[in-house]
Amino acid sequence: MTAPALRLENIVKTFPGVRALDGVSFEVMPGEVHALMGENGAGKSTLMKVLGGIYQPDEGRIVVEEKPVTMRTPMEAKAQGIVFIHQELSLATELTVAENIYLGELPRRRFGLVDWQTLYARTDAILKKLKVGFDARTIVGSLSIANQQMVEIARALTVDAKAVIFDEPTASLTDAEKSVLFDVIADLRGSGVGIIYISHRMEEIFKITDRISVLRDGSYRGTVNTAETDEDAITQLMIGRSLDLSRNTVHHELGDVALEVRGLSCGKLFQDVSFSVRKGEVLGFYGLVGAGRTEIAEALFGLRNPSGGEILLNGEVVRISSPHDAIAKGISLVPEDRKGQGLVLGMNCRDNMTLPQVDDLKAGPFVAEGAEVAIFDQYRDRLDIRTPGWRQTVGNLSGGNQQKIVIGKWLSMHPEVLIVDEPTRGIDVGSKSEIHKLIRELAAQGYAVIVISSEMPEVLHVSDRIVAMYSGRIMRTFTSEEVTEDNLIQAISGIRADRDAPVAEPA
Amino acid sequence: MKPGSLSTFLRTGAIWAFVLLELAFFGIVGDMVSTSNTPFLAPDNLLLTLKQAAPIGIIAMGMTLIMINGNIDLSVGATFALAAVVLLDSMSWPFMAAMGDWAIPLAWFFALAVGALLGAINGLIVWKTGVDAFIVTLGSMLGYRGLVFMYNGEQPTSNLNWTLVDFAEAQFLGLHTPTWFLLAVTLFMWFLSTKTVHGRNAYAIGNNREAAVNAGIRVGPHMLINFVIIGFLAALSAVVFYSESGSVNPNDGQLYELWVITAVVLGGTKLAGGSGNVISTLGGVIAIQVLRKGLGHMGAATETVNLVIGLILIAVLFLDRQLNVKGREALKT
Repeated sequence: MTAPALRLENIVKTFPGVRALDGVSFEVMPGEVHALMGENGAGKSTLMKVLGGIYQPDEGRIVVEEKPVTMRTPMEAKAQGIVFIHQELSLATELTVAENIYLGELPRRRFGLVDWQTLYARTDAILKKLKVGFDARTIVGSLSIANQQMVEIARALTVDAKAVIFDEPTASLTDAEKSVLFDVIADLRGSGVGIIYISHRMEEIFKITDRISVLRDGSYRGTVNTAETDEDAITQLMIGRSLDLSRNTVHHELGDVALEVRGLSCGKLFQDVSFSVRKGEVLGFYGLVGAGRTEIAEALFGLRNPSGGEILLNGEVVRISSPHDAIAKGISLVPEDRKGQGLVLGMNCRDNMTLPQVDDLKAGPFVAEGAEVAIFDQYRDRLDIRTPGWRQTVGNLSGGNQQKIVIGKWLSMHPEVLIVDEPTRGIDVGSKSEIHKLIRELAAQGYAVIVISSEMPEVLHVSDRIVAMYSGRIMRTFTSEEVTEDNLIQAISGIRADRDAPVAEPA
Repeated sequence: MKPGSLSTFLRTGAIWAFVLLELAFFGIVGDMVSTSNTPFLAPDNLLLTLKQAAPIGIIAMGMTLIMINGNIDLSVGATFALAAVVLLDSMSWPFMAAMGDWAIPLAWFFALAVGALLGAINGLIVWKTGVDAFIVTLGSMLGYRGLVFMYNGEQPTSNLNWTLVDFAEAQFLGLHTPTWFLLAVTLFMWFLSTKTVHGRNAYAIGNNREAAVNAGIRVGPHMLINFVIIGFLAALSAVVFYSESGSVNPNDGQLYELWVITAVVLGGTKLAGGSGNVISTLGGVIAIQVLRKGLGHMGAATETVNLVIGLILIAVLFLDRQLNVKGREALKT
């Protein structure tokens, strides 16, 4: 039997007050794609930092090809053949592909001059193996995100890699780019490298991995063969129970049309978009990355100027010139990038929640802190936000609780229309179902809710109607009764299956 | 203890501990080395130290808010000089001279208005062009200094008014007039930054500008207000200082921007924005002045003083970084 490419034996890592890793053991064989799964906070990132030489384990051993190793720095980890492809790319965008790949290890001639010929020749040899469409002299900044990721992978191939770790590699890739990436992973695996694949996306895990190991609360919960398990079993392992993603069948009583959009266009981003949302309704937007869903939300929130068409709020045509304007008119947006666009991470929970209305709460020239605390308490209880108190810095909360702060921020403004872009991105499975439930409850309370999501089960689970978008256009609007996975995928791929079918409108 | 409260304490309390350390050092070692007969800790000497800290301190209060907001203002030294020129020169204008001592409040008003106006110009350019405040105020630093030289060439502008001198040198409850101004400005800025909506929004913008915009905060007007405030305070600083000295050289106030930023940074405000407070800035201002004064007391030359302050600044920021990196790692479990 061959030796594992990488084996972890009983790794323990503690921080003051927390046992982040509690005896984690698993192994990756050469030529195996091994998925590592777990909720946020389960210990995946700590484990990766131990493997990457950033943290030292308190107990346990790391064994590479039957040889115990210690790694004190990321460079030492790389020298041992453990290579990372990070979710966030770390490339010098102004330099060429070749310079990036050999950054820090440029081949030299006498007097420390760079040996450009050798550099380009070696790089092109690696790029040829990856079958990419750019060469060693290309400036990295001019490449797409997917191709930049290929540069990272090429960098991994410059050493004699024993184990390559992919951390959420598909987060910002299109479907076509994903399949290229999966081909590269298959090639790597064919050459006998052990691969650790970290992702939240079940369908990818089941498509490309051989075995799955699960972490929960810092401890190892087991390894299963991918072929012999299913999503439900994995979810059970991850959270100790299963996640309800059944189709939504309950419709709440609908009120008047809250928001209507007629023929809205914005340059090349989206064209001739028309839809309406009623009070008490959840309208889902589904489509591929780049289909224009987020851009529509941004136009409704005053972050983009539409080039044509009109927006009607409660039957009246309005012009929305800024987020300030949108908020005043009763439109709220829970943005896609929670940390970058939704929260002021360095501020406390209360201040984040009351940020849009602190001006309305003032007593004379001063902020009314008592009123703010009251609002925070109210929405903490209503949304079940778990935090030691309002003084807690938002950056220290878990993803799910952070998202609840953003949602609470807007609910406390009593909006007419609530737009939620990727409500559960990067959120663990347990909080996910709470947020789904919350969205349904909001509709029941009479809010008009728009949910944008890239996860089909999520869209199907929360929506009353679903808008399918392809390349900046609305292909079809489904009711939750007529939608199937097949016709939805056809619609977002640009295939108008039943061209003659009437576009569904609310009854 | 709650997470982060240790580093929070260090960030707000450490500068005051440092001031006490300085006082103890100069009070003991300083007096042994010094050739002067008066002890360093003599009340008069300490009161004088506070008074001398005022010109930098008043500007530093405005700089704290500017930096919390995520901007910076390099033009405060030039604004300081131009306001001083306007203050002293305006009192010699014929119609002003005819007014006797009633010209004083008017001259103050002119100088303060000029400061606020120069600040507003900075703020408007930063707001409307979107150019980084560092670049904009680097330009206006040169531009405003050019105006100072255009006003009176290389010549100093002088106008000694004894009523003003008496006012500036007066002591109330022991503290000098400039010290009272410094304390009043500190108190005002503390209220502004911690208790008002404007202050809250300044922190939010500095911490995450995009999230602030998404919360409906209009970023531009807030930045404009802050630049007007710091321009006004730079002029106020000049008004307080030149009421006493009565003569301004066209080079006066040079490097003030760097002293001010040094004091603010020593007080724990981050260059990147989003955090900081004016009380700690006051600590930073006093720390620098005690150091200058104390080293002078020991007979050190100005060059030595600058060298020591430079080293201390780097050492403090290094310590702060060590503490923060550790704190952040512990949270990232």
